[in-house]
Amino acid sequence: MISELFTATVLIGILASGIRLATPYLYAAIGETFGQRSGVLNLGVEGQMLLGAFAAFYVSLMTGNLWLGILAAAFVGALMGLGMAYVTVNLQAEQGISGIGFYLFGLGLSDLLFQKLMGSVQTVKGFPKLVIPGLTNIPVLGEIFFNHNILVYGAYLLVPLAWFVLNKTTLGLKIRSVGENPEAADSLGISVAGVRYFTIILGGTLSGIAGASLSTALLNVFQQNMTSGLGFIAVALVYFGGWRPWGVLGGALLFSLINSLQLWIQVLNIPIPSDIAIMMPYILTILVLVLTVSRVRAPSALTKPFTRSE
Amino acid sequence: MTANNTLPSGQTRIDTLEMSGITKRFPGVLANDSVDFDVKAGEVHALLGENGAGKSTLMKVLYGMYHPDEGQILLNGQPITLNSPTDAINLGIGMIHQHFMLVETLTVSENVALGLPSTRGPLTDLKRVSERILELADFYGLKIDPDAYVWQLSVGQQQRVEIIKALYRGAALLILDEPTAVLTPQEVDELFVIMRQMTEDGHGLIFISHKLHEVIEICQRVTVLRDGRMIGTRSIAATTKSDLASWMVGREVSMTRDLVPMKPGEPRLVFEEIACNSDRGTPALRGLNLEVHSGEILGLAGVSGNGQRELAEVATGLRPATRGRIILEGREITHLSPGVITDLMLSYIPEERMRDGMIRDFTVAENLILREFQKMPYSKNGFLRLKTIDSHSEGLVHAFRVKTPSIETPVKSLSGGNIQKVVLARELSRKPRAIIAAQPTRGLDIGATEYVHAQLLEQRAAGTAILLISEDLDEILAMSDRIAVIFEGQIMGIVKRGEATPEQLGLLMAGVKEESEIA
Repeated sequence: MISELFTATVLIGILASGIRLATPYLYAAIGETFGQRSGVLNLGVEGQMLLGAFAAFYVSLMTGNLWLGILAAAFVGALMGLGMAYVTVNLQAEQGISGIGFYLFGLGLSDLLFQKLMGSVQTVKGFPKLVIPGLTNIPVLGEIFFNHNILVYGAYLLVPLAWFVLNKTTLGLKIRSVGENPEAADSLGISVAGVRYFTIILGGTLSGIAGASLSTALLNVFQQNMTSGLGFIAVALVYFGGWRPWGVLGGALLFSLINSLQLWIQVLNIPIPSDIAIMMPYILTILVLVLTVSRVRAPSALTKPFTRSE
Repeated sequence: MTANNTLPSGQTRIDTLEMSGITKRFPGVLANDSVDFDVKAGEVHALLGENGAGKSTLMKVLYGMYHPDEGQILLNGQPITLNSPTDAINLGIGMIHQHFMLVETLTVSENVALGLPSTRGPLTDLKRVSERILELADFYGLKIDPDAYVWQLSVGQQQRVEIIKALYRGAALLILDEPTAVLTPQEVDELFVIMRQMTEDGHGLIFISHKLHEVIEICQRVTVLRDGRMIGTRSIAATTKSDLASWMVGREVSMTRDLVPMKPGEPRLVFEEIACNSDRGTPALRGLNLEVHSGEILGLAGVSGNGQRELAEVATGLRPATRGRIILEGREITHLSPGVITDLMLSYIPEERMRDGMIRDFTVAENLILREFQKMPYSKNGFLRLKTIDSHSEGLVHAFRVKTPSIETPVKSLSGGNIQKVVLARELSRKPRAIIAAQPTRGLDIGATEYVHAQLLEQRAAGTAILLISEDLDEILAMSDRIAVIFEGQIMGIVKRGEATPEQLGLLMAGVKEESEIA
């Protein structure tokens, strides 16, 4: 039975769905990378994703326009980010605890809205596959890499874009300095609060889109708690990726490929208990985090509120 | 001085800057009381005063960080308003903070470019910034690599980055807040060369320092503040070191420490081939040998980060030794726990008194019994004996002249000098057999420093072995019977009191060994 895994069709399937499954991780973790590079740990990603997933799904369902759905998800995520920014920057609340609060808020509210507005699980016709002339037709490679919908491509484009912004622009320089030494940034006239507001809201927006990618591009349904921990894994991926977009990409791919593998194991009825199979990605997360801890130094000001000293 | 009024950096000179009648109040404190201060192009003007005298407040007013309640600032005769550091920078006023404002994970050019508009719009223009840095470095004789990461640079080099950063932003007048506090003697000399060059080119410099000999060496005028009031401004030519000291403190101050000759006793605290790792896991001590005798102060000099902190921590049981032995009064203590070592009467005055010496939010009384609260007479059967603790604390606060509203005051609200007195009261009142004192006077003013030194000398007279770790060479030279220099986790040499010169110690601190001069 295990030999079934090693047929060309299945291997291509595992790789292709692995690539696709990385989409929500990428949006959420790249967004989180910006926040953490500026010194703010946002543990509320999961809640932002859930609300984004619901907003995108519901708006798409009502209007029939998927892009309006994405817009709604981005907006809802940004609002959640604004709240997180106010709590952590202005009120200087402990970041981990506030993040958990925002997660629970998103979890509860998305479920409440689902119950009140929809009541039962429905489906939408999600984003269609986007054929790229000349690339999609390449045998094998085309099937693996260029047979996806636009949100998947967008997630991968985000990686070099984020790298470029962080490393080649004055904005990126500000973000990095605020995350490492906010006192120094402040002394040079950079608004620490402004930069942090920007990154947290950007992170919220991308988390909202991450949720939307689940409900309107990958699964095309909305269910309560449909992210089931995905947002927390996105936060872990930022650590795993050493706070660098390319590292985050590596982590997201590794994680989603394992996930894809376990899904195929279940589909093919390979005699590994499904509970064990489902656990694989999570066990892997813990292992990888344990093994890579202290490999790269976290931003020095991560989780530290900034106040101008007298 | 250049004839025209343009500086080498292309900026316009600030011929005069006058602060007059500056008053700044904080709730309950009059930080500056009608202070006058002025700087001219081409001079170094020292601002001298004890901690809390109002120097920082005055400079923060000048740098736009505080808004004065009264008074005005005139730049080239024109009144100016400073609402933020950005305003100050735009008018050509720069500041080198005591704690460098650098982002260690960024390169030199990234640090310089930070917060400035780029010629390439949203993209950074680091190449252009690097070129300009090299240009400025050339004008002012500063050696600097724009592509180096700040964490790779020595403290002296980082300071140069700060100076470049200010010059790049067009500083014509520069405030230097205790710039020599962290430098080796050689680095101080290099800084002075740069400062002289800058004044020759028409910059005005404000030099804040506690170190009187430096003020006399580099400055033309000096203004003294005490308790927020201006005591006066004098020309350096018309003053002496001891004048300045008594002027600053408000009473006669002795600049030297008289060490009563003591016959050195038996070696009491001995390090044999001690090695250990730093927090990062790299070797911090590499087979260090040292003997501290009873009734002696052994000064350990060295540039910060050469294993001083690790040495103190290994000796007190806070850091495991990977090799070697530590012996206290003939008994090996190498792998004992901090608690057991404490019981063997080794006292420790830690470098970070707020982090390692105190629990900030605990009261004075609670901090005073931190070492021995589990023992009689402070507790019995697991219950604290509060009356005993209170009377013990009252006694110590009185004996060590700690200025505190009460023994129930949290230590975090005390001044630095009084916090250190609480540490001393706890560590010295137990009649220790040996003391490790790490940077015991760092950040303290002359009055508090005198007090700490007197206490250590009293311990020496009682026959205690004292290891004095300090980065302040003046302190080492004044207080030590013998001076050991640590470099990269090893002792470079040991010099006797009276035979040591700052130059020779400076060379040893930089890792240069001269066999002939080692005792």
